[in-house]
Amino acid sequence: MEIVPAEGLLAASWLLIALPLAGAAVLLLGGRRTDRWGHLLGTATVVAAFLLGLACTLQLDGRRVDVDLFTFVSTGSLDVQAGLLYDPLSAVFVLLITGVGSLIHVYSIGYMAHDPRRRRFFAYLNLFVAAMLLLVLGDNYVALYVGWEGVGLASYLLIAFWHERPTAATAAKKAFIMNRVGDVGLALAIFIMFAQLGTVTYEGVFGQVGTLAGGTITALGLLLLLGACGKSGQFPLQAWLPDAMEGPTPVSALIHAATMVTAGVYLIARSAPVYDLTPTARAVVLAVGAITLLIGAIVGCAQDDIKKVLAYSTVSQIGYMFLAVGLGPAGYVAGLAHLLTHGFFKAGLFLGAGSVMHAMDDSVDMRRFGGLAPRMKVTFVTFGLGYLALIGFPFLSGFYTKDAIIEAAFDRGDGWGYVLGGVAILAAGLTAFYMTRLMLMTFFGRPRWEEGVHPHEAPSVMTAPMVLLALGSVFAGFLLVVAFPLEEWFAPVFGEPEEVEHVVAPIVVSVLVTLVMVLGVAAAWAFVGRREVPVTAPARVSPVVRAARRALYADTVNESLFMRPGQWLTRALVFVDNRGVDGAVNGLAATLGGSSARLGRAQTGFVRSYALTVLGGAVVVAGALLAVTAG
Amino acid sequence: MIDTPELSLAALAPLLFVLGAACVGVLVESFVPRENRHPVQVGVALAGTLGGLVTTLALAGERTVTAEGALAVDGAAVFLQATIAGLGALAVLLFAERSLDPARSAFVASAAVPAGTARDRELATSEQVQTEVYPLATFAIGGMMLFVSANDLLVMFVALEVLSLPLYLICGMARRRRLLSQEAAVKYFLLGAFASAFFLYGLALVYGATGSIRFSEIRAASTAEGTGTLLVLGLGLLVVGLMFKASVAPFHAWTPDVYQGAPTPVTAFMAACTKVAAFGAILRLLYVAFGTSEWTWRPLVYGIAIVSMVVGAVLALTQTDLKRMLAYSSIAHAGFLLTGVIGLGGDGGGSGLAATMFYLLAYGLTTLGAFAVLTLVREGDGEATHLSRWAGLARRSPLTAAVMALFMLALAGIPLTSGFTGKFAVFRAAIDAGAWPLVVVAVLASAVAAFFYLRVMVLMYFSDPAPDGPTVGVPGLPTTIVLAVTATATLVLGIVPGAVLDLADQAAIFVG
Repeated sequence: MEIVPAEGLLAASWLLIALPLAGAAVLLLGGRRTDRWGHLLGTATVVAAFLLGLACTLQLDGRRVDVDLFTFVSTGSLDVQAGLLYDPLSAVFVLLITGVGSLIHVYSIGYMAHDPRRRRFFAYLNLFVAAMLLLVLGDNYVALYVGWEGVGLASYLLIAFWHERPTAATAAKKAFIMNRVGDVGLALAIFIMFAQLGTVTYEGVFGQVGTLAGGTITALGLLLLLGACGKSGQFPLQAWLPDAMEGPTPVSALIHAATMVTAGVYLIARSAPVYDLTPTARAVVLAVGAITLLIGAIVGCAQDDIKKVLAYSTVSQIGYMFLAVGLGPAGYVAGLAHLLTHGFFKAGLFLGAGSVMHAMDDSVDMRRFGGLAPRMKVTFVTFGLGYLALIGFPFLSGFYTKDAIIEAAFDRGDGWGYVLGGVAILAAGLTAFYMTRLMLMTFFGRPRWEEGVHPHEAPSVMTAPMVLLALGSVFAGFLLVVAFPLEEWFAPVFGEPEEVEHVVAPIVVSVLVTLVMVLGVAAAWAFVGRREVPVTAPARVSPVVRAARRALYADTVNESLFMRPGQWLTRALVFVDNRGVDGAVNGLAATLGGSSARLGRAQTGFVRSYALTVLGGAVVVAGALLAVTAG
Repeated sequence: MIDTPELSLAALAPLLFVLGAACVGVLVESFVPRENRHPVQVGVALAGTLGGLVTTLALAGERTVTAEGALAVDGAAVFLQATIAGLGALAVLLFAERSLDPARSAFVASAAVPAGTARDRELATSEQVQTEVYPLATFAIGGMMLFVSANDLLVMFVALEVLSLPLYLICGMARRRRLLSQEAAVKYFLLGAFASAFFLYGLALVYGATGSIRFSEIRAASTAEGTGTLLVLGLGLLVVGLMFKASVAPFHAWTPDVYQGAPTPVTAFMAACTKVAAFGAILRLLYVAFGTSEWTWRPLVYGIAIVSMVVGAVLALTQTDLKRMLAYSSIAHAGFLLTGVIGLGGDGGGSGLAATMFYLLAYGLTTLGAFAVLTLVREGDGEATHLSRWAGLARRSPLTAAVMALFMLALAGIPLTSGFTGKFAVFRAAIDAGAWPLVVVAVLASAVAAFFYLRVMVLMYFSDPAPDGPTVGVPGLPTTIVLAVTATATLVLGIVPGAVLDLADQAAIFVG
């Protein structure tokens, strides 16, 4: 559909980004003077952005609106315009980010009340919201990349917010490095677009992408997917996300559940015209989604840390979304609908977990919880509703949106469709198992609290957002799928919805999923609910459980694939650099006198080895040149 | 009857201005009483460099070959000369800082007094300064400006020596840790002389092969007769000589030691200005003299770029001294710059030249600023350059930490800083030229590099300060100006780089 220039309120949509950015600037530059009211300002900017976003969205009326900002770079050969694209797709993300963001800001006022650096926390949160809005609102891939790096930076700062804990610092570093791997993919994709098409705007790229060779389009799709995998914690870059739970819980709720980690889904949905042309890349998206949703669900069953269970659940649910957008036109809307409902119930679950931790002196070990339901009624009810939504309890949010994805998978019609649908149904059962296990270990059974812990309900500034999110968990699915079908809303972006012939009747899918879900709940009851939960994890377990506890050896794989070779390269280069050519010449002497060689570095005697390096380089240069000319 | 050589004084004005100021500086040493010399020398050096900057800017749009064909004053020369003069003026300001060191200068009182003697100890606390550093630096700046506009090999060689000899000297003039500084100077001198010999030998071979030292004639000869063994060897040796100056791996071995030992303002000067000058010469040599034999040197530069990026980025990871880390970072950036060199078509088309020149300007400003921050963090009498000493700096001095963080982000190439714009431009130019495997390596190397830059930030913001940590000096006016200018430029070139990119694009022309 045509993209029209912005007028009226939509022309001011840049304020959406400017407001939280200004908030972050005031809080960071204002110093201690802003300590007293900083958190209120931070919350106010996001609430204002939400109201503005709501007004803009109401004015949108099914159009796609372009907001020209300024010329970022314009030279003869390089032309990047900074502009925003406000269309139905970015609009729902704006509402999700600012809406859930507002609630989480409010919650954080209570959660971080006693933290001496609360002002800084709100500054980082505001920074995150601004960067995330830029990511979804930019009308070109460079703006998306700027936002992409921005949310990465904010996420890094927030994971390491309690940097006095070494685990937090390590987790932040891990998140950063694994995200860089993904960023490399995105950066390369942008360079390819520039080199091949001379443009990076969505309009320009999608208009011309059909002129490229098939191989190039596939490469583009795979590189974009690599970027998406890094940011969204998808296989094989999933290991950072659970570790990122070291950050404060509101951060886990906002960044590592509801918004930032779904940026990968946004990227793939936004790049739909690219994927429409490359079945290969799309098949890889499907595979990544299917593998990840299974990995997340399996590992989630064996974790004892309440936030880690929720984190693996996030990994698994985003896997569903990848699976959906990998299915092509049939799946985009289903995937995005699941993204939205997941934003509600997973944010709610994390806030609930934060409330539990608040009550349990920041403990996250579910083996030391138990019997909390009567002590924390509001948390229990809101968490419970989120739980039911997540496992797909009939007529709650997850039920509608997850079923839609599974139906779309079967609708492929071929053998793979059945495999993918089967995997998705199996994971639904596992989801029911690990979430029920979590509920049982936390809220039911005999209290296994450590001494001196006195659970209490959180203050209302924390429970109010939980209640609102719980309402979303209950009704969002019905609203988005049945009452106001998202398909029609997205028609300007993905085209009019087509009538599809269902391979398996939707009612059959629903019944099947519900049955498997009930089986999962029953299994959890049988394994966890009926017995006493041991306070320490049993050591004698089956190999499957052991593997799941160690996250299916993801870290081991990362270490042997990336870390070891990296270390080896570093050591080898340092060796060559330290010992220099002298080492090679002196052979044994250098090996024996390693320490003296190190001392010797500071002496002028070593100039000769430097000179020898230069000479060696010169010989190689001359040899290479001669070889090139001769050849 | 001897014809007077054809000289365009207008086109030579910047060089005359800077080198003239250097000569005046020498006279000042002889005639101005010692107690007045420092302010006078600073004034002369600033007047020279700023005058050079202004006269260069007045030449914008000039396209001439003058001085009997020995000098090319074209868009690229003017852009790079202006960059060198501007960065040089900033470096002179760093030299002139009087309020950080307890003895009021980073430079030695009297370089001729042997280190460690009784006289040396006596002078250590005096406020006397070896003011010859100013004319020496001005000579070096003049040499660099000549270097980027040299249109024949002999002038290029003379310029190489004019810029190098003063640098060798001022490297050895640190007030603190004098032995380390003198050792750095000797190392730099010995290796520099070695590299110059390569250049000279290459010059002789090229002359032997083509019968000329003029770039245009070398180009004509190599086009007509093809590239023989002699010419190719000559080209290789010339490239070695130039890449040594640009601290490109594997000719980088001197860089960490010299950067560490030299007085920090001098290190800043070398990292910024020498890099610009050396790359200016590399670009001109490769494109004007050897543009038609592009396919002989292209694979070579390709390989060297990869080596330099990988060596620089990986070795910087293991450094614990900030000056050494920035030295390896400079080696990595030399590799990134070479990707821009690859991005230029043989006849000067393509966007590589403009991208490389923009990168040089952006990198020069950022690295100058980063070294300027290093002079602020002090411990005892000297600078605290060990990484661990910077722990928790943000709590001690939020502003210093914020400025340093900005420079680190720019060096890492994070968007909205000049580093991102520069990397984007050179990588794109390389992709345009079909060198996408090189860009893959470059993007990976910059991902590795981002790690050690951000480590500095993490250390400053997320670590607890040591109880006996370093103090953060309050800079005087000169360093404050440098920090303000470089930090502003780093941001402006990141957020609205359009105007400067445009300028570089228009200036991207070689005559010859």
